[in-house]
Amino acid sequence: MSLLDGPRVLAAPAAENPWLSWRYVRDNAESIRTALIEHVLLTAESVLIAAVIGVTLAILAYQVRRLSTPILVSTGVLYTVPSLGLLAILGPIMPSRRSAVVLALVTYALLVIVRSTLTALLQVPGEVREAATAMGYGRFARLWRVELPLALPGLLTGIRLATVSTVALVTVGAIVGKGALGSLLMDGFTNNFYKAQILTAAVLCVALALVLDLVLLLVGRVLTPWTRRRSA
Amino acid sequence: MNAFDQFVTWINDPLNWTNPGGILERLGEHLFIMFAALPLALVVAWPLGVSLGRSSRGGTAVVVLSNLTQAVPVMALLVILPLTALGFGKATVIVALAVFAVPPLLATAYTGLREIDPEVRDAAKGVGMSGWTRLWRVELPLAVPYLASGLRTAAVQVAATAALASFVNGGGLGQIIAAGFGLGLATGGGQVLAGGILVVGLALLVEGLGALLQRLVTPKGLRLSKL
Repeated sequence: MSLLDGPRVLAAPAAENPWLSWRYVRDNAESIRTALIEHVLLTAESVLIAAVIGVTLAILAYQVRRLSTPILVSTGVLYTVPSLGLLAILGPIMPSRRSAVVLALVTYALLVIVRSTLTALLQVPGEVREAATAMGYGRFARLWRVELPLALPGLLTGIRLATVSTVALVTVGAIVGKGALGSLLMDGFTNNFYKAQILTAAVLCVALALVLDLVLLLVGRVLTPWTRRRSA
Repeated sequence: MNAFDQFVTWINDPLNWTNPGGILERLGEHLFIMFAALPLALVVAWPLGVSLGRSSRGGTAVVVLSNLTQAVPVMALLVILPLTALGFGKATVIVALAVFAVPPLLATAYTGLREIDPEVRDAAKGVGMSGWTRLWRVELPLAVPYLASGLRTAAVQVAATAALASFVNGGGLGQIIAAGFGLGLATGGGQVLAGGILVVGLALLVEGLGALLQRLVTPKGLRLSKL
């Protein structure tokens, strides 16, 4: 019987490994905070770059209609590229691992921003455009003072969607060791399945996405007071 | 272009294709995971989406579900599921990928049924079709463009995320990338690049086939516009 008992004793858990542990959070506050800040920075940096490029591309597609199909198709193809595959290609090529992660994240955020901005610009009523032209607005003044402000709600929705998916995508950066909360998650996994660390990282990730979504929603409301007045 | 030279050398070594853990075996695993996860998601998402869309109920729930899953990293689920009662193995990876394939399938099925002109429904009722006949002969055919576009999105997504299975040793093409990173970029860079190109190539292939399928099953009059 002792032969049968032996493995069972060995297989018993050496120490308890709970999913939720406040002690883990307290003892590792420093590394959790570092990962969280890194996560926010990676997200903010990527979405900002993607917003600048994406809005520019959308305006270009709007002004020069012939370019709209190539722009939409190429950003669409880039979006299809799997994140891990893209990171694997960029990792060995890019100068630093961090820049590889940022470039990959920008690539994914682009399509959402381009598409929603272009849709919003195309929805500006023709009469409004004509009225602006009749009032003497030039092409660029009209774009800047009339069309872009009207497209702002759609543009901001695109940035919100891009931010939420970027927060989730940052975790894949763990493959190159730059996944912020994703790296924390993977470290927990490789470190004897440290459940408390895994769940803390996962929950923080989701919470961060929801908080940023809410923040951007509020920012959007402040930037576009007229949309609220109309619905109220 | 050091990494690129390494890549050319690695991909041209026939042993890297045929060895255990080589490209062919990993591709087989990848396809197996895909073809298990996708039907699993379909069996759950389509009946649910169709019935919700038919009764025009649960619209908010569908939207909230698709938005919420956007915020949950696939990796988190892939890492957490094996530590639950499901345990390690391909089955767990398949379940995780199926969970993430459900929202696009559900949302498109819901919209597809929802968008059907009520007058068409009334007409079908008027010519005496029963509930099931209406569903099979009128409503589902009209929803085909939506169902097909949802399937295409889900298939590409599953092909892409199956690569992440390597994080939990679930096999698939991602394993080639993970192994390359394990060697370090100095020696494994070419392998990482090869794995990345294979994963990207497969996803684009699935996207292409999906687009073709979508075109084939969609009647001319029902084709959706680009935007």
